Amino acid sequence: MASIFEFANPKRFMTLSGAILPWLTVICVLSLAAGLYLGFAAPPDYQQGTTVKIMFIHVPAAWVAMMCYGLMAIASLLGLVNRHPLADVAAKTAAPLGAMFTALALITGSLWGKPMWGAYWVWDARLTSFLLLLFLYLGYIALWNAIEDETRAARVTAILALVGVVNLPIIEFSVEWWNTLHQGESIIRSGGPLIAGVFLWPLGLMAVGYTTLFFTLWMIRIRTEILERRARALMLEAA
Amino acid sequence: MSPFSAVLFRDMRLATRAGGSAALALAFFAAVATLVPLGVGSDLRLLSRIAGGVLWIAAVLAALLSLDRLFQSDFDDGSLDIIALSPLSLEAMSFAKLLAHWLVTGLPLTLLSPLLGLLFGLPGEGYGPLMASLAIGTPAVSAIGAIGAALTLSIRRGGLILPFIVLPLLSPAVIFGAGAVLGALDGLSNGAFWLLGAFSLVAVLLAPFAAAGAVRLNLAG
Amino acid sequence: MTLKRLHLSPAIKALEARSLTCIRGNRLVFRDVGFRVEAGQMLSLEGPNGAGKSSLLRMVAGFLKPASGAIVLNGGEGLDDEERGRCAGWLGHHDAAKPQLSPRETLQFFAALYRIAADVDAALDEVGLGKARDLPSQYLSAGQKKRLSLARLKLSRRSLWLLDEPLAALDSAGKTLAAQIVAAHCAAGGIAIAATHEPLGLDSARLVLA
Repeated sequence: MASIFEFANPKRFMTLSGAILPWLTVICVLSLAAGLYLGFAAPPDYQQGTTVKIMFIHVPAAWVAMMCYGLMAIASLLGLVNRHPLADVAAKTAAPLGAMFTALALITGSLWGKPMWGAYWVWDARLTSFLLLLFLYLGYIALWNAIEDETRAARVTAILALVGVVNLPIIEFSVEWWNTLHQGESIIRSGGPLIAGVFLWPLGLMAVGYTTLFFTLWMIRIRTEILERRARALMLEAA
Repeated sequence: MSPFSAVLFRDMRLATRAGGSAALALAFFAAVATLVPLGVGSDLRLLSRIAGGVLWIAAVLAALLSLDRLFQSDFDDGSLDIIALSPLSLEAMSFAKLLAHWLVTGLPLTLLSPLLGLLFGLPGEGYGPLMASLAIGTPAVSAIGAIGAALTLSIRRGGLILPFIVLPLLSPAVIFGAGAVLGALDGLSNGAFWLLGAFSLVAVLLAPFAAAGAVRLNLAG
Repeated sequence: MTLKRLHLSPAIKALEARSLTCIRGNRLVFRDVGFRVEAGQMLSLEGPNGAGKSSLLRMVAGFLKPASGAIVLNGGEGLDDEERGRCAGWLGHHDAAKPQLSPRETLQFFAALYRIAADVDAALDEVGLGKARDLPSQYLSAGQKKRLSLARLKLSRRSLWLLDEPLAALDSAGKTLAAQIVAAHCAAGGIAIAATHEPLGLDSARLVLA
């Protein structure tokens, strides 16, 4: 009996990722540790006080959440064009991570908002667009789970990811526009005058830490998914 | 009759015959709009302020209600196989279907909206912008909804998941559409109509390709 | 009666499938399936449920991509899946009859869709639906809907017929009619590939999927 793995062999990926993974983990742990230490050691902001330190865990989460959607879209495009199962798996496994980082950005953002605005949630443009991003991720995951045929699920969700990545800047823009229409005011900024030199180092390190954390988790998830599929295929053959 | 208009007129005929979705969508639109004053109170000052937003949300929900059948019924009864083998490309077919959907839901919703605006105490200067924003924006609802309908084609209970994946994608239409009405009430020209028109245009131009791609994947059986 | 022929699928001399492999949802349905049918011939696909008869038909129609292998028309003219689909007449196990539309409306839609100038009423008379032609299809029996599908297939004037259980739900007169229609198609130089549990009673090559 033939195995379907004759048609999709992710062996090279498994060896390569197995070699990279330990190094990535080390970089991740070191930069997160250093970033957190420098972050706590940094002086309080003269305007925002100690709450400014939430920035170190909020801003990188927001970066990664957006980057993840981009990567998901690229993997989806590769899956659609090259029909390689590895790209499908990469896109599929990125989504829950993206949703997690988006949720993290939302939670830390609203914790930051409480002392700033006096409420856990105000319809700030950034928070609102991240809420919509979370829905995009959850919709993608729901669609994946609803389609039984794995290959078809991969292709169909790939189209959704591409539609989403085209729409995402428009959503961002429309929310910004909406926010100015309703006279909102944005306090959370990822750039601009907020970032003084003392904050730059911990922020940079945390960005590296979050990014490597994302790639480490992503790689582990891809490997797990490949092994899971292989196990399922073996079980089907044995049956 | 060309293959394109064959699909267009057939879909319109199916939607407007007994058991079709067109009248249902209109009734749903009116029902949702009626529910809002019951929920938020009858203060006409408040209602006239939120009329644009509420009617936009009601229109989107009403359009979504009928969207999950856009490709589904043709998929279930084998019509989609027949259409796929016809001289009409799937892209053109998707465009015909979203156009038909707009003609039997978006357009009637637009025409009905002044009546509901009246119930909300919408000031006189709001009616034109309300109708114009719905006329310009609802094609985007049909277009993006068509993508969602094609994506959820092979799912047995696709009707549940469709609104979930489509609503965030539609947020710019709601924002610009309701913003246009509000801007008119405040006497501002905020460019909302242009933004709404651009969004609608892009959605209508891209949707047939995305929807056709998804239909093609689901034709595998 | 002469009809103006506006849209005719190109005549197919031969259709050949080379070592087709079908994978559905991580399951290997079949592999290394090959066959060749020539103009005027019929091929019966046989095999138990789940052997992949319908999948094979959908592959020939171009709906389903084979995991490996190729389907070749006329010994290798480069026709892609969609062009091959434009040669195919389809009779699936669903009848594509909208409950709100009458058989006449259904065929009129089909004729416009396929750019065929056809005498719809004559086609309905031929399959015994003359009296029911203005009745909404929701009132038709399963057998009558299958007759409607046969009328549509005949109207298509496509040279490659793909039939999924063409006899299902038909009474004995209907089965004879179906066999006659398929036989006439092959006699006129067409090709028919049919997935069947019951034989049509026609001369045909057999392909058994395990």
